Amino acid sequence: MDSVHDMGGMDGFGKVEVEANEPVFHAPWEGRVLAMQRAMGYAGAWHIDHSRFAQEKLPPATYLTVSYYQRWALAMESNVIERGYVAPEELETGHALKPGLPLKRKLTPAVVQEGMIRSSFYRQQQGPARFKPGDRVRTKNIHPKTHTRLPRYARGKLGVVELCHGCHMFPDSVATDHGDNPQWLYTVVFTSQELWGPDADPANKISIDAFEPYLEPA
Amino acid sequence: MAGHDHDHHHEHEHGSELSETQLRVRALETVLTEKGYIDPAALDAIIEAYETKIGPRNGSVVIAKAWTDPAFKQALLEDATKAVASMGHMSRVGDHLVAVENTPKRHNMIVCTLCSCYPWEVLGLPPVWYKSAPYRSRAVKEPRGVLADFGVTLPKETEIRVWDSTAETRFLVVPMRPAGTEGWSADKLADLVTRDSMIGTGLAKNPSEVA
Repeated sequence: MDSVHDMGGMDGFGKVEVEANEPVFHAPWEGRVLAMQRAMGYAGAWHIDHSRFAQEKLPPATYLTVSYYQRWALAMESNVIERGYVAPEELETGHALKPGLPLKRKLTPAVVQEGMIRSSFYRQQQGPARFKPGDRVRTKNIHPKTHTRLPRYARGKLGVVELCHGCHMFPDSVATDHGDNPQWLYTVVFTSQELWGPDADPANKISIDAFEPYLEPA
Repeated sequence: MAGHDHDHHHEHEHGSELSETQLRVRALETVLTEKGYIDPAALDAIIEAYETKIGPRNGSVVIAKAWTDPAFKQALLEDATKAVASMGHMSRVGDHLVAVENTPKRHNMIVCTLCSCYPWEVLGLPPVWYKSAPYRSRAVKEPRGVLADFGVTLPKETEIRVWDSTAETRFLVVPMRPAGTEGWSADKLADLVTRDSMIGTGLAKNPSEVA
């Protein structure tokens, strides 16, 4: 969806401000949010793309003004409710009113090491790769109302395939509960002038990782 | 709850907005725990791991080994997941780690314009600036301007290659080894490898900076 999370190339946000001696968490609740997200992911309650999509669906003004972990918390609240794991009254009262739904597993201290390793996103290929490194491609000019990983600044642009990363689950399908729908994944590189026009610094190049459905031969 | 008084005190220091978030997060954790989905002790262990074990030192050790062991460097550039796993002493990294090498001709910089993708296993959790609108918006359009914010100026003819992490691949920059470090041990070299140098918003430190 075309919302404010898709920030590449926007102006007006100012300089990058670096915080000296930044702590890992700025408040204890931030760590709780991160760890809950991890635990619910391990339990198979939802996928990372559901979390991303839930953040993208926040009102733009909210997305831009709340902190990073507040965004995670808001997304988690909407995921637990929308997916039926928690009733709104339970969040309001702060207590469970009914037993939980069954989940495939539970993150406990005994398995926490294992639970912290990222799962693999590789999936069985459904057909041969359409592109190979060196191929010229054009990204599609698509504007889905749902989750996509093709940023706006790189739509309808001419690029070159540089790497093929194998076949991965497809976020656009996963986020809308249409299954893994495995797709080939490529690093596609663009000149800065292709993306930003003739005045862009010609020494720069920008790449995205693009799933095959985002690309057509050029 | 035991922490209530403390948290209440905290609210007065930081304003009501933060306190509302604290209360909502606590309610969420209580509900998820009571419904049997999560175990608070596992949350404690995750938080402890990110606060004490999983940080950029993991990445620094990988880079220092690449600087001192050409075969390892080649393996790292070919398949970073496998190469890092071969080091043994580190916790396993997930699939899809890609290492990209800086050279005098090309400087690599990593961003995630859509969210906050970052190689947690080798760099720890991302700093706030990496997840912020200024970095996410500008890195792909004006990378030299962003580098200037970090006090880094590169020759005009150096290619700046920005990698937008739009999928589940995660990128680790292999910075250039600083001059004047011939004969240094990998352990000593690791002290020169900063987090920002592995994101590409900085360079490795010079020997004089760690004297």
